[in-house]
Amino acid sequence: MAEIVIKNVAKRFGSFTALHSIDLTIADQEFMVLLGASGCGKTTLLRIIAGLETPSQGEVWIGGRRVDHLPPRERGIAMVFQNYAVFPHLTVFENIAFGLRMKKLPQAEVDARVNRTAELMHIEQLLRRYSGQLSGGQRQRVAVARALAMEPDVILMDEPLSNLDALLRLEMRAELKGVLANSKTTTIYVTHDQVEAMSLADRISVMNGGKIVQAASPVEVYRNPAARFVGSFIGNPPMNFLPANRSAAGQWSVAGLDVPGPAAGDALEFAIRPEDLTVAAEGFAATARVVEPLGAHTLVTAEVGGQMFRAVLDSDLKVSPGDELRLSPKADRIRWFNRETGLAAG
Amino acid sequence: MPARFLPYLMLLPATIFLLVFFVYPFIQIAILAVTQDGGFSLQPITTMATHWKFNAALGWTVLLAAVVVPLQLVMALSMATIVTKLKTGRSTILYIFSIPLGLSDLAAGIVWLAIFEQSGFLNSMLAGLGVIEQPILFLGYQNIWVIFLAVVLAELWRATAIVMVILVSGMGLIPKEYYEAGEVFGANGWQRFWRITLPLLRPSLQSALILRTLAAFEVFAVVTALGGTTLPVLMGETFNWQFAMQDRNVASAYALVILGISIAATLFFLRALRVPKGATI
Repeated sequence: MAEIVIKNVAKRFGSFTALHSIDLTIADQEFMVLLGASGCGKTTLLRIIAGLETPSQGEVWIGGRRVDHLPPRERGIAMVFQNYAVFPHLTVFENIAFGLRMKKLPQAEVDARVNRTAELMHIEQLLRRYSGQLSGGQRQRVAVARALAMEPDVILMDEPLSNLDALLRLEMRAELKGVLANSKTTTIYVTHDQVEAMSLADRISVMNGGKIVQAASPVEVYRNPAARFVGSFIGNPPMNFLPANRSAAGQWSVAGLDVPGPAAGDALEFAIRPEDLTVAAEGFAATARVVEPLGAHTLVTAEVGGQMFRAVLDSDLKVSPGDELRLSPKADRIRWFNRETGLAAG
Repeated sequence: MPARFLPYLMLLPATIFLLVFFVYPFIQIAILAVTQDGGFSLQPITTMATHWKFNAALGWTVLLAAVVVPLQLVMALSMATIVTKLKTGRSTILYIFSIPLGLSDLAAGIVWLAIFEQSGFLNSMLAGLGVIEQPILFLGYQNIWVIFLAVVLAELWRATAIVMVILVSGMGLIPKEYYEAGEVFGANGWQRFWRITLPLLRPSLQSALILRTLAAFEVFAVVTALGGTTLPVLMGETFNWQFAMQDRNVASAYALVILGISIAATLFFLRALRVPKGATI
């Protein structure tokens, strides 16, 4: 059992605040992804959990034990580093065995565990090589095997796939998901790649400016962003936003269209995902500017009320730049944000 | 001319220089060492080997190297580890540590002579403290071990910094992530030093050890300043045979011995600290 509880953790570097009072609970065996742009504090948070960084305030609990004053080696964790950190002077075997040797496990146990994890990561034929003789993808596998061999309660991963090329990344992503699901560890995974986050996570913590903006399941984060930032960060293309002004009780005027919305508030923002728009008789008056047929669907970048507006439309639809369209939002997919705070409204 | 010849062309002057001023004199010396009265003879080598000072000179030289180099290595490793971890003032400390590097070995010998001689600082201090009534002759010919100790101190003081500088630059090449991985996977400070720093430092250790050991076999001015000929060393004997005894052939034989043990030491370090293919940072 290794539930991770982060209480009121903050980190300041001089006058710069990297993390503002983070509270987060990660359930036992959960796969939590910390997602955000570079500089949002996600790696700092991971390193605080690992013990490689000391928090300026707050507490870190792993498996019911307060660990924020313990060195990394006493926290029951294993980690996969962004640049793999596969020791160049040791063979693949000794790299995977490194943590086990530190624990002074008997040789038979070391052999068994190294062979098992090497097999799991499909690197059993590389055990006698040095890291300099491996490709990036193989080094990545060694780094994961080294973490798994520890049979840790918690595995921390810091952008583990970011140094692989696109195809390999896709392959490793699927493989990691399978391997980690079977290992029954609690996993915290840092990435800036939203597709990686969506595909791997049980829950995603979206971070921005040293704060967790939303921590929820991938679908929830996608469908119901807790803040404008989440909607604009997740999804490719991201959410569309239009200013909304109250026209009557529960009625909002959005780019010349009357849309029913929240009863409260007077300055809101209307938001809709590009795929939740259809071409209909009624809807936003849009002028197509760029038309990108992508096979499965066609991405249309249009102008609505003087603003950029993207719609993912059926690829059978014939649209050309300059065409006038009516784009109708699906009523149940409309989201509202407070224009002042950026938080979800209604 | 094809561009691929250009690097060789540019190395040509240095190559010619080395051939003319190193390889040619070396061959000359090798020939001198086996020449007597214009003909081939092993007499110079026999003269050298049977002279009563030869074994002493060889023994003291090797002993000095065997004491000084490991001590320097340990000191330089500790200093380099500390310097590498400094966040501020790092270059200032490096400059201060490197001051003795700017001194010639003779100057270093004289500095330590000023401390140990009969009217030196050490005697003045002990007298001032009332520990001794009259000055002690530290560097007398009866006190050969004191001379040895003074030479060791002078050598440590003079030449540890160069080892440290090489090791600091080597440590700078080791990415921080390896230490973090070590920490996460259970290695404490000592284990990280033994299992990560030292093995990854092998190339720098190799250069530093070869450089220092060769210099230690050539120790001369410091020994002469502190002990005259009381503490015989190979380089001192070479000098004596060349200039005092006016026998170039025996001096050349000595030079060959120094060359021989230098080559042996170099081969040893190249072997012992070899980094397997593919195992570099």
